[in-house]
Amino acid sequence: MVDKKDFPNPEAFKKQILEKYPTKVARKRAKAMVVVDEEGSAPIVQANVRTVPGIITQRGCSYAGCKGVVLGPTRDIINITHGPIGCGFYSWLTRRNQTKPDEGGENYMAYCFSTDMQEENIVFGGEKKLREAIQEAYDMFHPKAISVFATCPVGLIGDDIHAIAAQAKEKFGDCNVFAFSCEGYKGVSQSAGHHIANNQIFKHVVGNDDTVQEGKYKINLLGEYNIGGDAFEIERILDLCGISLISTFSGNSSIDHFANSHTADLNTVMCHRSINYMADMMETKFGIPWIKVNFIGAEATAKSLRKIAAYFEDKKLIDRVEEVIKAELPAVEEVISTIKPKTEGKVAMLFVGGSRAHHYQELFTEIGMETVSAGYEFGHRDDYEGREVLPSIKLDADTRNIEELKVDKDPERYNPRKTPEQLEKLSKQKGLDFAGYHGMSKEMKKGSMVIDDISQWETEKWIEYYKPAVFCAGIKEKYAVQKMGVPLKQLHSYDYGGPYAGFKGAINFYKDIERITTTRVWSLISPPWDYSNGIKADLVSNG
Amino acid sequence: MLLRHTLPEVKERKALTINPAKTCQPIGAMYAALGIHGCLPHSHGSQGCCAYHRSALTRHYKEPVMAATSSFTEGSSVFGGQSNLIQAINNIFTIYEPDIIAVHTTCLSETIGDDVDQIVAKAKDDGKIPEGKYVIHASTPSYQGSHVTGYANMLKGIVKGFAQKSDIPREQLNIIPAWVEPADMREIKRIANMLGVKFVMFPDTSDVLDAPQTGKHVMYPEGGTTIAELESCGDSSYTLALGEWCTQAAAQDLDRKCKVGYDMLDVPIGIKATDRFIMSLSRHGKVEVPALITAERGRVVDIVTDMEQYLHGKTVALWGDPDTLIPLVEFLVDLEMKPKYIVSGTPGKKFKQKLEELLKDAVPDAKIANGPQADMYLMHQWIKNEKVDLLIGNTYGKYIARDEDIPFLRMGFPILDRIGHSYFPTVGYTGAMRILEKILGLFMDRQDRDAPEESFELVM
Repeated sequence: MVDKKDFPNPEAFKKQILEKYPTKVARKRAKAMVVVDEEGSAPIVQANVRTVPGIITQRGCSYAGCKGVVLGPTRDIINITHGPIGCGFYSWLTRRNQTKPDEGGENYMAYCFSTDMQEENIVFGGEKKLREAIQEAYDMFHPKAISVFATCPVGLIGDDIHAIAAQAKEKFGDCNVFAFSCEGYKGVSQSAGHHIANNQIFKHVVGNDDTVQEGKYKINLLGEYNIGGDAFEIERILDLCGISLISTFSGNSSIDHFANSHTADLNTVMCHRSINYMADMMETKFGIPWIKVNFIGAEATAKSLRKIAAYFEDKKLIDRVEEVIKAELPAVEEVISTIKPKTEGKVAMLFVGGSRAHHYQELFTEIGMETVSAGYEFGHRDDYEGREVLPSIKLDADTRNIEELKVDKDPERYNPRKTPEQLEKLSKQKGLDFAGYHGMSKEMKKGSMVIDDISQWETEKWIEYYKPAVFCAGIKEKYAVQKMGVPLKQLHSYDYGGPYAGFKGAINFYKDIERITTTRVWSLISPPWDYSNGIKADLVSNG
Repeated sequence: MLLRHTLPEVKERKALTINPAKTCQPIGAMYAALGIHGCLPHSHGSQGCCAYHRSALTRHYKEPVMAATSSFTEGSSVFGGQSNLIQAINNIFTIYEPDIIAVHTTCLSETIGDDVDQIVAKAKDDGKIPEGKYVIHASTPSYQGSHVTGYANMLKGIVKGFAQKSDIPREQLNIIPAWVEPADMREIKRIANMLGVKFVMFPDTSDVLDAPQTGKHVMYPEGGTTIAELESCGDSSYTLALGEWCTQAAAQDLDRKCKVGYDMLDVPIGIKATDRFIMSLSRHGKVEVPALITAERGRVVDIVTDMEQYLHGKTVALWGDPDTLIPLVEFLVDLEMKPKYIVSGTPGKKFKQKLEELLKDAVPDAKIANGPQADMYLMHQWIKNEKVDLLIGNTYGKYIARDEDIPFLRMGFPILDRIGHSYFPTVGYTGAMRILEKILGLFMDRQDRDAPEESFELVM
């Protein structure tokens, strides 16, 4: 076991890192690396701005955020990538979104559909090919929905994918067809694609089916993508509590669930970054309030369940939730008691996503580990500092180019689930923070380093500085960090493990972190002849 | 069923590709550039391209894959990517300090018509390329060809950027391998060294994408062809180009530029293709074939004579890249197996011609398709109509293998769910032995699994 170290003030080290950069880059990056100087407060951090060209970044593109992240997990839409073959190919099954269709139900997730644009389609336009591709997909599979995703060249050559989709929808009659202008150059990261995905699903799907489902406590779960089966575990817990899940955006989802989602009485938001637009728009149009939840971490899961129960103000549900928590926690605590002695005091670094860098700190805390530095790949300032900073965020050109849907109350279906007085009361008495998210930074300890859009250079330097027991990021970072002798836990793909959500997921995570930080393989890196010569390999990690 | 919607009825598709047997050009360019020592690949386009290519290569190799991007925004897409690229060049040389930046384009920068030649010239004029450092580039529009074409185009960029002809000819050969694994590149070098031939091989991803765990991360691993080696290839006596799709264009350019003739060979997969490679090495390197090579060859043939009964008549479906599929099919025919369905997303008329020639006696009714719409969906449809005994291809085949319960040998790119491909070669006689071992293991495991108890065999 390694005792938690006291790190010297990181500001001096930050300066050293910045010295490597050309002046303009240094000035820009300085604003993206900030120290939490007081617990409970959030320093201003530069976020959601362009990555400097030439910087090796973790970030991807708008298409990845739209097709890959938000729409990828939905099993019964035929997702056609309109573009050259690459984009469709790389987003083919690579995100580990699990799904469980009904017996014989539609599931296209193992398929990759593309228009595979050729040079002549770029020169003369790709509309004809797209139209034919949609027709072929319809004729072969008769799906209930087809969606089209634009890649970079599509926007440039001006293919009108929305008109083509609308015409196809009208022609087929029994198949919803819609399109996403999620060209890779839009915005500054995947985040733009999330927003575009939210808009189009809201416009073309949400509210299409008014059937009222059975169930007393009806919620939607927004921003949960069922990586490694997370959604299955959350579904299990909600089911035990008697809470009805109308839809999940979009883990283990069907387009039918989205269509019906406006009949739920509460929206719970997991990944604020990727789905907050949907929560806001559904509140405006249908009157469904939303709260932030977090099912990553056993304590966080319990807390989130209690929030949901408090919202419905029904003693039966409140009691049931307590029973479930009481039944689930002993197994969690038992594992913590065996693992914590081995992990306590170790330090973690988290650079991932737009919510995971926040959520996973809970799990580390539960086994006594501290997150000394964290940041998002594509978060915005509100994900760091809380939604209260939203009015003060200046919109730059990159953000302004992403459509902001104008949403009004639905004339017939707007139905505020609670009166303003009730909301006020729940907020005051039960601490329900409606449409609120306080961000990551306030939960970090004094002296922690918050870094947005960390670069490869910064990653290596900060690892030298913190010598963490574990570094959490994605596949592109994994092997470079591990070559430094530091285990890297992938928090996009979970290293093909999981689930990590809920109570059972927490146990999986504790065990995986114990394993990865204590495995003896790290002691095998230096060959014996290095020792016999009296030279010990200069490893970065001492975790 | 994982692929529950795949229909047996084959109808011609004009526009929709389903489950492609290829990906796009830039990733090939990135892979080729990684085989140059001290080189940082750079993707001139949106961030997503670079992120996707790095992710795909990383998942395949389980190794760091470093590359930078021009991080295009909507503005750059409208006004052109010149300032992004110049800024990137400056930042990369300052921060990541490579000797070479290998720029490849994307469908975005190609569609807007960025002239990389001119941009790099401007970067040089502006003093953004330090003395002794290089920026080479390749045009790799994703809407032409495939990942294979991108590899070929980056090799052209390498020849253009480095090959020089001096007055002093060198007694050395150039070896240009197609897109094969680091282990294959290592094996090709081992064979050439066994023959005692002097050579320059480019690219060379061994010791780059199979780097050892040392407790230290270096941006530029040990391996890769050096600048000095690349510069010298214009003085070599001859070039052995291995794989037409990947390497012919570069070999031709080198011939045009520096008058180095070339032998267009197959990737040495299987007995005959390896024989031809050895013969060419011997002829153009003016060396005798050593007895050790003859013994290696003999061991492969020995395995086949011993185990022929398990291979004879077995039908195979294959998908992948032309340069590796063609010699592999030749090898399978030599093993008396029957390559029945062959698909490649990579275009090129010669693919069908070559395979039909190889299969005209052995499997006259073989189905062969390549180019757009020649995809794994089509191959799966063929399989649904008439099953095969073995699948050979990249990881995406596992869905078909499970649904149809067919033994599956992973070969090609990408392999995302097993290790070994980057460490153990499939080229040369050693590689042929490995392929044989794998195929035989699959068939025998299957026999062991399916045999009734009374006919379960101890000795096979």
